[in-house]
Amino acid sequence: MNTKEALYNFCLRLADNNIVLGQRLAEWCSRGPILEEDLAMTNISLDLFGEAESLYEYAVSLMDNNSTADHLAFLRSEREYFNNLLVEQPNGDFAQTMMKQVLFSAFAKHLYEALCNSHDETLKGLSAKALKETKYHLRHSSEWIIRFGNGTEESIRRTQFALNKLWRFTDDMFVMNDVDEELISMGISFNLDDIHAKWKFTISEIFAEANLQIPDANNVITGGSKGFHTEHLGHLLCEMQYLQRVHPGATW
Amino acid sequence: MSNNNNQFPQWEVFIQEKSGSPFEHAGSVHATDKKMALQNARDIYTRRLEGRALWVVMTDNIASTTRDDEEEFFDPAEDKIYRTPNFYKMPAGTTNL
Repeated sequence: MNTKEALYNFCLRLADNNIVLGQRLAEWCSRGPILEEDLAMTNISLDLFGEAESLYEYAVSLMDNNSTADHLAFLRSEREYFNNLLVEQPNGDFAQTMMKQVLFSAFAKHLYEALCNSHDETLKGLSAKALKETKYHLRHSSEWIIRFGNGTEESIRRTQFALNKLWRFTDDMFVMNDVDEELISMGISFNLDDIHAKWKFTISEIFAEANLQIPDANNVITGGSKGFHTEHLGHLLCEMQYLQRVHPGATW
Repeated sequence: MSNNNNQFPQWEVFIQEKSGSPFEHAGSVHATDKKMALQNARDIYTRRLEGRALWVVMTDNIASTTRDDEEEFFDPAEDKIYRTPNFYKMPAGTTNL
């Protein structure tokens, strides 16, 4: 795998994470627990779509194959999606949604921070912009988790349940393959083991403040960055890609 | 605010457009605490670059005049035109005072 192919794949992995999580958050539109939170979640969803679009545009520019950002988003099947398994998990209740947000945002924050030192100028620029948004996303979700963890019996139970349920998908964010190997050797991306350590520190602090127990890792499942997904991604893509599948090339 | 509802408390939102300008009332949000109120205000009122700083204050903490106060509070100023600077000559060349 040459550097360009690796960078292309890496951009898709980042973009796919953003678009899939953005789509999940968009599912909350008009269903938020309160109006203000409904807007907050769709705001974050739009941030994620924006980050995905920039990354798809960059990926397209790396390849001379007449592809477009729309094509990448709406005409690839689940085996061609490289997002991490965590982001495709169903929303569940609000505690599970916020738990997913906190686990992913902490990862994205440390990854974008690292990528601000990338030797690839475009990736560096996109990461610096995304980092500002991601810090806010982490703030938003972590405060909910801390609030719930110090709240009622029910909120504590639901939040701990959410953590127990989603924990087994978190290792997947730090799995490296030949893409990472190539990009690390070129100074474009970084060792995800280092990101993992920083991530663990950040979320441990949040969960300590929320009085939540990090569970033992049981039934750990990985494969997202190789295109192997849980059963949920296909259904998500069906809904998200419907319009382009039925009306190919539709624009507005 | 009535007491028999399940809404979070109401907060008033004030936005400062740029450093040095006054904070202006933008509207209200519901939130359980200061942090949530600031974030909700940010998400609802500053998405389109409306400001660079925010204040939130619980609506219950704002003291307000009532319609009944209008006469005695404000009518007496009606015939005190000498309190406005209408009778001063602007120094030549001055554009702002």
